[in-house]
Formats: sequence, structure tokens, C-alpha cells
Amino acid sequence: MEFKEKLISSYLAFEEDMDLSDSVHDTRAEALKVFEEKGFPTKRDEAWKYTSLDSLIREDYALFPKSEASIELKDVKKYFLYDTDTYKVIFIDGVYSPFLSNTTHDGLDVCLMSAALTKPKYRDLINTYFNKIAPGDDSLTALNTSYAKEGAYVYIPKNSVAEKPIEIIHFSSGNEEALWLQPRNLVVVDKNSQVQIIERHQSLTEHPVVTNSVTEIYVHQEAFVDYYKLQNDLPTASLIDNTYITQEKKSHASVHTFALGGKLIRNNLRFYHKGEHILSTLKGVTILEGKQHVDHSTLVHHSQPNCESHQDYKGIFSERSEGVFNGQILVDKIAQKTNAFQQNNNVLLDDKATVNSKPQLEIFADDVKCSHGCTIGQMDEEALFYLRTRGIPKKEAKALMTYAFANNVLESVQLPSLKKRINGQIARKLGVNLGFEL
Amino acid sequence: MAYTEEELKKELETKEYEYGFYTDIESDTFPVGLNEDVIRKISEKKEEPEWMTQWRLEAYENFKEMTEPEWANVNYKKPDLQAISYYSAPKTKPKYESLDEVDPELLNTFDKLGISLEEQKKLAGVAVDIVIDSVSVATTFKETLAEKGIVFCSISEAIQKHPELVKKYIGTVIPPKDNYYAALNSAVFTDGSFCYIPKGVRCPMELSTYFRINQAGTGQFERTLVIADESSYVSYLEGCTAPSRDENQLHAAVVELIAMDDAEIKYSTVQNWYPGDKDGKGGVFNFVTKRGLCHTRSKISWTQVETGSAVTWKYPSCILKGDHSIGEFYSIAVTNNYQQADTGTKMVHLGKNTRSTIISKGISAGKSQNSYRGLVQVGARAKNARNFSQCDSLLMGNDCGAHTFPYIEAKSNSAQIEHEATTSKIGEDQIFYCNQRGIDTEKAIALIVNGFSKEVLNKLPMEFAVEAQKLLEISLEGSVG
Repeated sequence: MEFKEKLISSYLAFEEDMDLSDSVHDTRAEALKVFEEKGFPTKRDEAWKYTSLDSLIREDYALFPKSEASIELKDVKKYFLYDTDTYKVIFIDGVYSPFLSNTTHDGLDVCLMSAALTKPKYRDLINTYFNKIAPGDDSLTALNTSYAKEGAYVYIPKNSVAEKPIEIIHFSSGNEEALWLQPRNLVVVDKNSQVQIIERHQSLTEHPVVTNSVTEIYVHQEAFVDYYKLQNDLPTASLIDNTYITQEKKSHASVHTFALGGKLIRNNLRFYHKGEHILSTLKGVTILEGKQHVDHSTLVHHSQPNCESHQDYKGIFSERSEGVFNGQILVDKIAQKTNAFQQNNNVLLDDKATVNSKPQLEIFADDVKCSHGCTIGQMDEEALFYLRTRGIPKKEAKALMTYAFANNVLESVQLPSLKKRINGQIARKLGVNLGFEL
Repeated sequence: MAYTEEELKKELETKEYEYGFYTDIESDTFPVGLNEDVIRKISEKKEEPEWMTQWRLEAYENFKEMTEPEWANVNYKKPDLQAISYYSAPKTKPKYESLDEVDPELLNTFDKLGISLEEQKKLAGVAVDIVIDSVSVATTFKETLAEKGIVFCSISEAIQKHPELVKKYIGTVIPPKDNYYAALNSAVFTDGSFCYIPKGVRCPMELSTYFRINQAGTGQFERTLVIADESSYVSYLEGCTAPSRDENQLHAAVVELIAMDDAEIKYSTVQNWYPGDKDGKGGVFNFVTKRGLCHTRSKISWTQVETGSAVTWKYPSCILKGDHSIGEFYSIAVTNNYQQADTGTKMVHLGKNTRSTIISKGISAGKSQNSYRGLVQVGARAKNARNFSQCDSLLMGNDCGAHTFPYIEAKSNSAQIEHEATTSKIGEDQIFYCNQRGIDTEKAIALIVNGFSKEVLNKLPMEFAVEAQKLLEISLEGSVG
């Protein structure tokens, strides 16, 4: 049986545990129809021109893990950014782990999507926010919606600041031969509030796992959301990340994506503007080796005047790795005085590495400042030589230049310990210890 | 009194197509429709050898399997290919010895276009191969070229006189099944130009062709083949205009360039087909496939000024097959009223040390849409490939759009690729600065647009640069502010 068929037929089993009279159920059923009709995207779809899911969907995956896995804190502690002092929402094979998590309802809500979807007190919020910005016609998003059940739910009320960052971590235990996960997250940040979120997917064994995740983020007036995606998984794990962000006036949303490992990573990042004076920031660092494949697909839809967006994606590719950047800036006719910038720089270190870049501008307003730049090149030999004449060995010199290359993105990371960790990961990848931090 | 933006806009909108007139020459036109018989009849009419007929029919077989492409960022009602007449030739098939024999009506047409044959002959030193509705009616300067061994004639003549060259090269750069319109063109092309520059010859003058769609309801399917043999050089100019017509006319041309080792081809186009009136009615559909093949150390340079056509769909490309070969693309695309243009280039780097440059300037005004779509591809074997691309768009008014769709694919770690694009409008401070120095707003705008396009205009041969500048002025007069 093809995997698509399996997904469609398994839905009946999934439905059995659900409340069928619920309005969310209609949304799920409708989404399944979309997926059934559209199926998985292929290379013939313009948005998937450079990324093929064929190798993933040829395999068979378990959709519902049979046994509940338990993992010791000491085994996974190293994946936490902080031991304490963060809210944590931890899932093992898609199932919530109360033992590892640290949730709250004190002032703000950091809890579970399953609770939000079923408990009556969240009903209004779910009706207002659930599946409202995720596009109905995207097949992978629809697939996620049809199986939407568990994930993180974050609600920050008006005029408040989440004092601790929130860590959302999805572990896969390896209990199953191969696993297909579909977490669904919802983040609502009300007026004049702030939150910092770190999201991570981590497999603990080399059993293949594919995660098709959807996150909807609502940023209300004057709110600030600082979101970090840490993608440093084993080379057997794949991730399709769909993140949809809608912003109200004078808000600021920033998403940093660090794609440092995985078999296939696809990031669909979409920003929609609902008011004026909005700032959107999209930054990413990609460092790949082996046969890894990362595809960043971004969209910033400027539909209101006086907004600003900045995109900056850096990629370093060695061995046979492949990088794709597909950035789109859309400026509607009414979105005058838009400032939109897009930058994509790539370094190819080995001869078999590939970069495909497609930075697009679609502009319908005349009083705008929009630009994009894209470069593909290699390490500057002369700069390397210069460093070596100053007694810095070749490997360290290369690492230093890599740091410098990625620094534009790193320097805007607001969490010092996250920055330190990413620096450490980059250093490990390059096999050097520079003895200082940037 | 100051010239306000509104006034400028109005003036532009009411500006009629200056070249919209119709020459009353008796034409020999086929009944409408497309089928095998029509293709055979075209071939027969042209007295073509059997291999050519077969080649056309094969292309038609391929064509039947294909569907019209829809990926371009343009919106139009698809032309009904069965409602077009595929052959239209001036009836009295003129083969003139001198200009005096030419139908005076025809000469008038050229006078109105501002290209007087005599004048060009005397002053400009341009050999003009004029194509009116598919059949080449006048070729000048042939003798001078013949002395050097250069072949410059219509493609039908070339099929008769130099079948070995045509057979060897036609369809090698753009195979008949390349795309929908190339296949259509391969099946039904009625005329076009052929040019062969022998080894080591530097063509002493700019070669030029003028295309014009005249008869109503005829599609123009011309085919151009330019071959520059080893170490030769040629500069080729192409200009196009079409009279005002309300129904959309289809233009699906194919241009193939082949630059052998160390050769250089410079191909310049000024395209000024009828763009439709201010309500977007009528106008030419310009669906053109242009591609050049570069052998070792050769160079192909495309320069285009696109101001006309209701819908443009055109990507002059370079296949940089030979080592050290160079591809260049310089383009200005101006759209106004309801015009739509989706144009750009493809640079395919296959050989080592290949270089390419792309400079594209898009200017959109009125309610038009202007897209740049380009591909820079570096193959795994293309060591040290180098590309620089720059696409700038200028928006005038708030009803138009400017879009950029660059595709960049690199498979070699020694490749160096840069791409940058900007979109902006003419700054009020720039205009203010000019006003302050006593330059009125309209002149200031012309000045700024000229500066914006200068990088490309500079690449045009002298004879064309003047015309191109005039065209820019006509197309944009008063549309900015």
C-alpha cells in the first residue's frame, strides 16, 4: 500500500478517539479531503522544483506509536538549552511527557494543544485561531490539520512578558522502525506582550523519522515574538516545517532558523501583515555536509503600508549536500512605503555540493524600496592566505571565515546561551576550537 | 505652469500608436487553419526540398502533443491557432533589381517608419533584409557582402541555395520539440533571415532586418539562423513594428545563433510591435524563442529594447558550451497601459571558465505588468564559471507591477555568482533637483529614465541607439511622476 493511501485510510482509526460533534472535526475532515485530492507535492509543483519527497514517501512509517516510550532525563538533558528557568513542552514520539516538561497556567498558558482542542474553556480561542492562517489548499499543511491533535499551545495575555523562554522539543525514541510525526503548535501573543520560543526536533536513534509540523503564530498589536528553530538532527531524520505568522500593527516577529543537520529539511515560512508599521525578520544559517538537503521557502506578504521586512539567509555546503532558497516578497498595491530586503549568500566548499536559489520579488506598489541579492561563491583564497601568513592554521582560518560569514545572523540572536550553543555546534562541525566566542 | 502628473498621464493614454497604418498591397493569403495540408502547401509554395517538408511535418507531429505553456506571469486569451492564416505574401511576388521597382506604397510604409531604404543605403551603410508579412522583398548590399563570402539572405532562399548549411544547423540550438511555440514555428515558418559568416571574416557592416506584420489575421512566424564560423564577427540588428489592429496577432519567431570557436555574434533587437490601445484592446502576442550556442572562446551578446507588444514572452539565452566562452544579455523592457512582459534570459554554463553578464532594466507604467525571469545554471563540469546579474525595475504610477523571478542553480564549487535586484520609483528629490536647475519635470524624467537605461542603450549599435532612445521617449512620454 502506498504511504498516501495509508495516511488516508488510517484516518478512520484516528477518528475513533475523537469527538465527532466538534467543529474541529469538520476542519479535520475537510483537510483530509484536500490532501486526498492533492497528494504529496512533486517536483512538478513550482514551489517544490528543487526538493523531492519521493525518497521519503517511498518508505512506510508508523503513524501511531504502539508503545509509550520513556526516556531518562540524563539521556536528553544535553538537548535542553537550560536545565531550569525555561518553560518546557516536551513530546516523545508525539506523546506529551509530563515528567520532562515544565508547563504553566500562571498568568500565561504554556500547555498542550490536545488540552486546548478538547477543553471547553479554550473553545473560543480555538474557534478564533485554530487553522485560520494555515492555507487550506496546501497539501502537507492539510495533512497535518487532518491529524491535528497534539503539540504545544502558548497563549500570552495582554501587556505581559513571558519571563522565561519556552522550549518546545519533540523527541523520537526509536521504538518504532520508522515514524511519521505531525505535531501542531499554536502560539497567540496578545497586545503589547513578548515571548521567546525555541523549537527543536531530535531523534535519539537512527531509525528514520519524518516530522510534518505546522505552527500558527498570531502576533497582536505591539507584540514581539522571537522564535528560534534549531534543526540539528541525525542524518536519518527529516523535517517539513510549516510556519504561518500573522502580524497586527506595530508588531515585530522574528524567526531564526538554524539548519545544521538532517536528511531532508523543508522550511515553509510565511508572514502575513494585517496592520501598518510591522517589522518582520527572517534569518537563517545553514551548514550542511554529507548528502543532506535543506530547502528554505519563505514568503513575506506586504499587504499594508509602512511595513518593513528583512531576510538574511546564509548557507555553507560541503560534500554532496544541497541547499535551496526560495524567497518570495509580495507587495500589494496598497502597501506603499514598504521596505523589503532579501539576502541569500552561499558558499560551496566541495565540488559536488549544489545550491539552487530563487529570490523573487512581486511588486504592485510604486513607492517602495525593495531589493534582493544573491551570491554563490567560495572562501576567499586571498583572505585565507592572509590569515595563514599571520600564523593561523588553515583549518582555524577557514572556521574563522565561516564564523564571520554567518555572524550577521548570529549576532541578532537574543538569547546568550542559545548563541553560545550554536557557536559550539558550528565549531564542532568545523572540527576546531577557536578558544573564544563570538 | 507646471505640468502635472495627471496631465502627463492623460496625454500618454491618448497617445495613439504612431506606426499604426496599413499598407494596401494585394496579398496572397492562405485560408485560415492549421493542418498537415497547410504545412505541405507552405513548403510547396516555397519550393522547398523534401527533407525540409519532412522536417516541418515532424515538428508538427511534436507540436500536436504539446500544450500551451502557462507558467509565465502573463494573462491573456489564448490565440486560436485554427483561426490564423499561416501564409501571407505580397501577391506579385516582387523580386526587385533596384528600389525603383518597389511598390511605391511599400516604400511609403518604410518612410513612415522612418527608414528610407535609399537613405540607409547611402548613409548608414546598413544592409537591410526587409520582411513584410513573411516574404523577404528586398535585400540590399548583397554584393558587398558576397565579396567577403558572407551569405545574407532570406531563409527560403538559403534553403534553395545553401541547403547543406541550413540542413546542418537548423534546429540544432532550438530543436523543433523545444517548446510549444518553437514547435509551431518549425512547422509553419514562412520566412526569416539567414546569415553565414565564413572563417576569419569580420562582417564590415551591421546586418539588419525589419519585420512588420501587415495583413490582418496572419501570424508571423519567422525563423532566423545566424552562423558565425571560426574567428568571425557579426553584428546583427532586428527591428519590428506592426500596424494597429484590434484583434490580437500572434508572433512566434525562432532565432538560432551559432558562434563557432573564437567567433563573436552581437544580436540587437528593437521590438515595437503594436501594444494595443489604452484600454488594452488589440496588440501583438510576442512569443519568441531565441537561443545561442557558444563554442570555445566565442561570445554571444544579446541586446534588446522591448517597448511594444501586448504580451511578450521572450528569453534570449546562451548555451556556454565551449570553454572560455562568454554570454551577455542587456535588456530594457518598457511596458505601458495594459501591456504585459515576461522576459529575461537563460545562461547555461557548461564549459570551463565561462562568463556571463545579465543587465536587465524594467520600466513599468500605466496598468502594465513587467516581469524579469532568468536562469543562471552552472553545471558540475563548468569550473570557474562566473556570472553577474543585475535587474533593476522602475515603477511609474500605482497601477503597475514589477516582478523578478531569478533562478540560480550552482553545481560547481568554483562558481561565482552574484545577483542583485532593486525596485524603486523615480525619487521626488531627483526631480526636484532637476527642477531647481531649470529642467522641467518631463525633461527631468526623460533624463532620469535615460540614465537608468544607459548601461543597456550603450550596448546598442549607433544606428539603433538613436531609434531606441526615440522609442523610449514615445513609450514613456508623460507617464511618470
